[in-house]
Amino acid sequence: MSFDWPFFWHYLFRPSGAYLHGLMLTVVLSVVAQSLGTILGLFAALGRMSRLTPLRLVVRAYIWIMRGTPLLVQIVFIYTGLAAGGIFRFQDISLGFMTIPGNVQAGLLALSLNEAAYMAEIIRAGIASVDHGQTEAAKSLGMTYGQLMRRIVLPQAARFVIPPLGNEFNAMLKNTTLVSVIGVPELLLTTETLTSATFRVFELYSVVALYYLTLTTIWGWVQARIEAKFGQSTAQAEVAPGFGERFFGRAIFGAARSKA
Amino acid sequence: MIAPAQNILSSIGGLPEPANDEVVQAIDVRKNFGRLEVLKGVSLTVRRGEVVVIIGPSGSGKTTFVRCINHLEKIQGGRIFVNGHMIGYREARGRLVEDSGRNIARQRREIGMVFQRFNLFHHKTALGNVIEAPIQVLGMKRNEAVGVGRDLLARVGLASKADAYPAQLSGGQQQRVAIARALAMKPRLMLFDEPTSALDPEMIGEVLEVMRELAREGMTMIVVSHEMGFAREVADRVVMMDDGQILEEGPPAQLFGQPAHKRTQAFLSKIL
Ligand SMILES: Nc1ncnc2c1ncn2[C@@H]1O[C@H](COP(=O)(O)OP(=O)(O)OP(=O)(O)O)[C@@H](O)[C@H]1O
Ligand SMILES: [Mg+2]
Repeated sequence: MSFDWPFFWHYLFRPSGAYLHGLMLTVVLSVVAQSLGTILGLFAALGRMSRLTPLRLVVRAYIWIMRGTPLLVQIVFIYTGLAAGGIFRFQDISLGFMTIPGNVQAGLLALSLNEAAYMAEIIRAGIASVDHGQTEAAKSLGMTYGQLMRRIVLPQAARFVIPPLGNEFNAMLKNTTLVSVIGVPELLLTTETLTSATFRVFELYSVVALYYLTLTTIWGWVQARIEAKFGQSTAQAEVAPGFGERFFGRAIFGAARSKA
Repeated sequence: MIAPAQNILSSIGGLPEPANDEVVQAIDVRKNFGRLEVLKGVSLTVRRGEVVVIIGPSGSGKTTFVRCINHLEKIQGGRIFVNGHMIGYREARGRLVEDSGRNIARQRREIGMVFQRFNLFHHKTALGNVIEAPIQVLGMKRNEAVGVGRDLLARVGLASKADAYPAQLSGGQQQRVAIARALAMKPRLMLFDEPTSALDPEMIGEVLEVMRELAREGMTMIVVSHEMGFAREVADRVVMMDDGQILEEGPPAQLFGQPAHKRTQAFLSKIL
């Protein structure tokens, strides 16, 4: 086995401009796709719980398809498939100071639409975990559906949504590699391009693996911070010796202790 | 010992006067859950300033009836008017159709409701619970809402608990916050569904005291409760429900003293 250490260190610590651009694209794609996916997922979750049967069915079908087919197939379908079928061709969009290439748009769209399906289920479960009495109290005070969702239900559902959302973003960071198949020069495709020029597959894939590991590790740290901070106000309130704890706590723990 | 509640309604500018002499008019209300008939034609009129206590065995439809009055439940027949306006439905070409969500929400503003299990917003403090709807629904300025909210909390004996979260409060304190929260909307009618039955005995008194004061100040109230002392003292009328119907009604002395129906007698002998 020959592992070219100097080559490895060089690419690890002195990445080329193209490589850094790939890294940036990976991060930007992840953040934007996760954000769009979360917003779309929220609407899908609400649609999934709607009283309107047609809406509910449409959203269910959407989730069924997006979760039942490979993301890779969805990416190729949206970019190459739609164009080949003469249905839609993604064109580069110029924003003046920068251009968003068609394949980046398609990749972003596919990642967001796919993520929306998973987020819909997560958000729906989060909403379902909020006691129905909260909704009834809000209704009885004259709140509209929008007000009670925004002010009462969603803030409480967030507690249940944030941990899985963090895991989704971790997965998203890695799923962006899939858009390399439609030629989006993110981290993986940049690495592939380099390997075909240098044939140093082992070293370069070690480097790219470490880059992903670093990204997911940083995110894990951020996620822990968010969860700690987020849980604070509610956790504090729940830990405080309230009525429930004083009565049930004593009864249950007292009984357990006397048995032991 | 808590300070006795006094002049609670002064913090919301006095008693919100009902527009009509008949605050609630329920006419032949029918309700079923699937095939189960829960309300089989209930008619009840509640006048301005009246306190009506509803009693009856478990499953007789008391909760369901009270929930119909602010349209937390749909009804399959009959009509309910609150302050002269039909609740939850409007007439279109001779048929009743459910009103829009927005209109229903508007109608609920003037009907306060207190639940058996408090249902305080867990993520908000006591004060946060009280000011939420006045700000969001009535568009009240935050400063003003906070002023009213603190005043209300003080008058139900919770001045020092304004910044506590529900989980930090006892059941009796939570229920008093829930009453303050409902009152902050300046309701012309208050509905109570067994407000003390989830409480430990030593906390029942503090909640009943607040309700007694509200009654004294002229609030129109419908109370589902088996607190006989409270009913005897405060109720203008007691309504006995059984099997989805009103079996009989009358002043507490009459209904408790000489009930007309055997079933009422049997029920009273069980709870007294
Ligand atoms: N959401 C529901 N779905 C199906 N059945 C229901 C529902 N809510 C209530 N019921 C049924 O309707 C009937 C009346 O219930 P309701 O809660 O109104 O009685 P209640 O008089 O308030 O009883 P309790 O004294 O136990 O509170 C019961 O048979 C109950 O099982
Ligand atoms: Mg009940």
